Amino acid sequence: MTQSPTLSRRASSAPSQPRKSRRRGADARAGYTFLLPWLLGFIALTVGPMISSLYLSFTNYNLFDAPKWIGLDNYTTLLQDERFLQSVGVTLQYVVFGTPLKLAAALAIAMLLNSKRKGQGFYRSAFYAPSLIGASVSIAIVWKAMFGDSGPVDQGLSFFGINLGGWVGNPNMTMGMMILLTVWQFGAPMVIFLAGLKQIPADLYEAASMDGAGPVRKFLNITWPMLSPVIFFNLLMETIHAFQIFASAYIISNGEGGPAGSTLFYTLYLYLRGFSDFRMGYASAMAWLLVIVVGIITLIFFKTSKSWVHYSGDAK
Amino acid sequence: MTTTATPTQPQPIKPATPAPVYNPKSESATAKRIKSTIFHIVALALVVMVLYPAIWMIASSFKPNSEIGGANNALWSNNFSFDNFATAMDGIGGVSTLTFFTNSLILAVGAVVGTVLSASISAYAFARINFPGRGLFFGMMIATLLLPFHVVIIPQYIVFQQLGLVDTYVPLLIGKFLAADAFFVFLMVQFMRGLPAELDEAARIDGAGHARIFGSIMLPLMKPALISTSIFSFIWSWNDFLGPLLYLNTPEKYPLPLALRLFVDQTQSSDYGAMIAMSVLALLPVLVFFLVFQRYIVEGVSTQGLKG
Repeated sequence: MTQSPTLSRRASSAPSQPRKSRRRGADARAGYTFLLPWLLGFIALTVGPMISSLYLSFTNYNLFDAPKWIGLDNYTTLLQDERFLQSVGVTLQYVVFGTPLKLAAALAIAMLLNSKRKGQGFYRSAFYAPSLIGASVSIAIVWKAMFGDSGPVDQGLSFFGINLGGWVGNPNMTMGMMILLTVWQFGAPMVIFLAGLKQIPADLYEAASMDGAGPVRKFLNITWPMLSPVIFFNLLMETIHAFQIFASAYIISNGEGGPAGSTLFYTLYLYLRGFSDFRMGYASAMAWLLVIVVGIITLIFFKTSKSWVHYSGDAK
Repeated sequence: MTTTATPTQPQPIKPATPAPVYNPKSESATAKRIKSTIFHIVALALVVMVLYPAIWMIASSFKPNSEIGGANNALWSNNFSFDNFATAMDGIGGVSTLTFFTNSLILAVGAVVGTVLSASISAYAFARINFPGRGLFFGMMIATLLLPFHVVIIPQYIVFQQLGLVDTYVPLLIGKFLAADAFFVFLMVQFMRGLPAELDEAARIDGAGHARIFGSIMLPLMKPALISTSIFSFIWSWNDFLGPLLYLNTPEKYPLPLALRLFVDQTQSSDYGAMIAMSVLALLPVLVFFLVFQRYIVEGVSTQGLKG
C-alpha cells in the first residue's frame, strides 16, 4: 500500500495505450469480482429456478417421483379448473379496484400535505406507518378481529343503521375488507407523491392563478402532467405488488381462501396446489401464467405511458 | 429582498414591518389562520382514522377477553391488565415466546448483515467500475424488481429440499448474502452515482485499488443508504411470512409471524386477548424502529421509491 503512489506515477509515465488496456482488464476483473455475490444469486436463485420452473410447468411432479412430461396439460387443465378461475377473478377484482383507490387516496392526502404548515413531518409519518405493518400477520389478525361478525367495524356501522351482516364470514363482503386493507396502506405511494409534488415549480401555479385558473384546472393542467412520471411509477409498482398479496389473505381465510373461495387469491391457490397438494408442476404453470400476465401488463403500461407520461426533458 | 435594503438603510424598513395591520394582506392572515385550523382538524381526523386499527389493537391487548368485540365495545376498559401479555409470553406447545423472538432476531440481523454486505459490493460494481456487460446485467437486475417471486419459489424449494436444508435458516438467509433483493442494490447504485466521481479518480491516481476505494471512500460516504437498507431489510425480514411458512416445520425454529399463525390455529376465538397481545408483541420491534428512525424511513421511501 505504501508503495502504490510511486507505482502509479511510473505507470502514468509509460505509454498511454498499454496502460489504458491494462486498466481496462483490471477493471473487468474487479467488476466481475465485485459483482460476484449478485451474479451468483442471480444465476442460482433467479435464472436457474426460472428455467426449471418453466420445465416443471410441462410436467407432473410431486416432489417424490421423477417429473413426468405431460406437455401443455397443466395449462389446459388450469383453464377448466374452477378454483383457478375463481382465484383469477378474486385477484383481478382486488387489483382493479384496490390499486386505483389506494393511489387516489395517496394522491389526495399527498396534495393535502403539500403545503408549508406545521406538523407536516408528523402527518407524513403517521400516514406512512400502516404501509410498514400492513402486510404483517399481526395486522391480518387485527383486521380479522375488527371486521369480524359483531366486531367494532360492524358495531360502528350498525350505529348508523347499516347492517351488513359481518365481513369476515360473508363472501359478499370479504373483498371489500381486503380492499380496505390495501387502501389503508396508502402511505408508501403517498410519500413518493409528496416528493414528486415538491418538484413542481411554484411559479407554474402562480402563473395559472394569474390567468384565472381554478383548482380543478390547475390539477388537470399542471399537477397531473407534472406528476405523471411518479403516477406511472406508483401505478406500475402497486399493480405488480397487488398481484402478489399473500400473508393477509392466508391469515384472514385460515389458509383456505374462504368463505366460499372469496379470498382465494392467486398466490394462495398457487401455494395450496404446490405445497399442500404437492402438485409442483401445476403450481409452476400457475407461476408462469402470473409472470406472463404481469409482463403483459407492464408492457401495456409502458406502451400507453407515452401518451400520458411527460418527462421534463420531453420536446413538446 | 431585505438583504439589499438592510445594510444601507436600516431605518426606513422598521416602520414598514408593523404595517401589515393596515395592509389588505392582513385579512388574508386571519383567513390563513382559519385555513390552517381547518387543515389541522381534517388532517388530525384522518390520522385518527388511519391509526385507529393500531390504537384498537393496543387498547384491546390490555382488555379482558369478554370486552373485546361483542356488545361491550368501548375502546378503553377499566379492567386494564397485563394478563393477555402473560398468556402470550407463555408461548405455544411448550415453546416460549422468547424463543420465537430470538429466532426472529437471528433471521432479521442475518438479513441486515447479508443485505448490507452483498448489496453494497454489487452496487459498487454497477455504479463505479467499467466492465463489459455491465449495462446488460444492470438491466437484468432491474427486471428482477418486476418479476413475481412466485416463479422461483417452487424450484428453490425443491433444490433446498434435495440439499436437506429445509427446516434450517439457510434458505431464508442465503438470498440476503447474494444480493437477491434488487431493491437494495438499485437503491445503493443510485446513491453511489450521486457521489462525485473525482473522489475515486483522485484515489486511483494515488494508486488505490477498487477494494480500497470501496472500503475507505465509498462505504463511509454511503452511510445514509446503508441505514435505510438496514432498517428496511430488518423490518421486511421481521414481518416475512411466506419464507418461514415454506421452509420451517419445527416450532422451536419458528420466527414470530409463524408462531402467531400457530397460536391463531390453536386458540381460534377462545383467547382473543392473548392473540392480540401476541400480535402487539410481534409488531413491537417494528413500531419501536419506526418511532426511532421514522425520518430515515420516510426519507428513504421518498428518495428511493421503496415500498412498505
